[in-house]
Amino acid sequence: MAAVPNDRLAQTGQAAYRALVLRRSVLIALLIVGLFLSVSIDMALGPANYALSDVLTTIFHPFAATGQLRVVIWDIRMPIALMALTVGASLSVAGAQMQTILANPLASPFTLGISAAAGFGAALALVGGVAVFPLATQFMVPINAFLMAMLAALFIHFASTMRGVAVETIVLLGIALVFTFNALLSLLEYLASEQALAAVVFWTMGSLTKATWPKVAITASIVIVVMPLFAKRAWALTALRLGEDKAASLGINVRRLRLETMMTVSLLAAIPVSFVGTIGFIGLVGPHIARMLVGEDQRFFLPASALCGALLLSATSVVSKTLIPGAMLPIGVMTALVGVPFFFVLIFTHRKKSW
Amino acid sequence: MVSIALEKLGARYGKQTVLADVTSGVMKAGSMTAVIGPNAAGKSTLFKRIAGLISGPGLVHLSDTAKGPETICYMPQDTGANAVLTVYESILLAAKQGSGWKVHDSELREIDQILAALKIEALAFKGLGELSGGQRQLVSIAQALIRRPEVLLMDEPTSALDLFRQIEVLGFMKNLSEQSGLAIMIALHDLNHALRYCDQTIVIADGSMIASGPTNEVISEILLRDVYRVEARIECCSRGRPMVIVDGSVV
Repeated sequence: MAAVPNDRLAQTGQAAYRALVLRRSVLIALLIVGLFLSVSIDMALGPANYALSDVLTTIFHPFAATGQLRVVIWDIRMPIALMALTVGASLSVAGAQMQTILANPLASPFTLGISAAAGFGAALALVGGVAVFPLATQFMVPINAFLMAMLAALFIHFASTMRGVAVETIVLLGIALVFTFNALLSLLEYLASEQALAAVVFWTMGSLTKATWPKVAITASIVIVVMPLFAKRAWALTALRLGEDKAASLGINVRRLRLETMMTVSLLAAIPVSFVGTIGFIGLVGPHIARMLVGEDQRFFLPASALCGALLLSATSVVSKTLIPGAMLPIGVMTALVGVPFFFVLIFTHRKKSW
Repeated sequence: MVSIALEKLGARYGKQTVLADVTSGVMKAGSMTAVIGPNAAGKSTLFKRIAGLISGPGLVHLSDTAKGPETICYMPQDTGANAVLTVYESILLAAKQGSGWKVHDSELREIDQILAALKIEALAFKGLGELSGGQRQLVSIAQALIRRPEVLLMDEPTSALDLFRQIEVLGFMKNLSEQSGLAIMIALHDLNHALRYCDQTIVIADGSMIASGPTNEVISEILLRDVYRVEARIECCSRGRPMVIVDGSVV
């Protein structure tokens, strides 16, 4: 039982723990600085060339800037940049909590079919004018997306609680959902008018270009409402990663916590998808990067996941604008092209076990 | 200090009854009770039922009626879940359930004391995924102790430990129990450990209680043949301790 003392024993566990907390807090602060820089650069980039200093002045003192600059920054670029931030944060937090409650490193809104379901729900509204919840037709697209996403999320949740269902089975079920909803989406595309088809294709590629202030406000509101709910359950959610029996033995109502989290996650995953289309990579990778940086104590993991997702999507937005000057490539395509090599580098350089 | 007794305790998963009619004598504060039986007999189910994690008929009596289920701590078998947490964080996590985010120095000092008592200070800032099976068991014990239970239900805590560590952990728990008044119920497969460390024994097989009472009366040659299907003798060693000597399986 007695292990060889190491240099960490030179300080008490208490001091070492405080140092660990400080290190993680500094990492989160660095992510915030990185995100601020990325969002600023994102706003500085576009067909019209403005200096970063002019952009920052316009952000902080809008009425000191020229009318044209103000319109470009505040009405066009800022909604796009902030949409990248809020959507990235939403998807990454959704992925983080799915991985937590399903104890599955492959879980994300995209891999488990939640995004595909939301996309199909939105396409139902766009192509066929079908409202899943008929009383709110003006919000048909986001509501359809949310309800379909929730259905898919609940299916995954109840499947995961059945006795004898293994982690691998959940992933297989998710893949089956992806294929099913993609097939249904293809069917709708086949039947769609030219105009509706264009709208659906916009989705499947993912794009931030149609971001507006109301959409940013809705996505941001969901993040702002949901984060404190998760934060309140931080210890319980972290304990889930010790295993279901251990969590239950600590007094946690595991079934209820999972169900509530899954419902909340479906909201986090569905609304961004209904506004910007399918962006697959962030919900899977954002949490993994956060985990490598700060571990799985949700007090750090939760903000770090949000920040990593936001930073990833914001940085991808920057890259999508700079690859072909004057053009903005679809963000859903770019997240994979930019993010996958980055993720590979992280996996192969981060030898310490991170799941 | 709390004593515990079980009266006609049963457990159900949905409509299926998986455990029935477990009645024990009073398991006193400061005593250790072994729960033995073949694999899948219902030992873990019994512990979950006592801890209130599953429902069923019967009663769990605590000597101090003012105390509730929170005084009972269930330590499940290790499932090998590899959270990206340090040992220190995982113990803190067990202490902080239902509390706010702020971590107080007193809570950290308590973790340091438990780590020192279990002699695992050197593991404090290792990741859970880096630990051996035996080290994980010790961390689980620390996670249980930090919650200051008065009744501790330990589900096969020695299953992944080598012989030296089994003796060390059981000796530690026995001392702790006697000194602090902790009532311990412990699921064991090694009957010699039960004979050496446990005052009482409950035998479970096929979801029913077969026997309950003082360990040296319960563990008998007949029980070994009927419940474990082995031919065995109970003999005293040169130091006067009763030992199970297995001759072979019953054909």
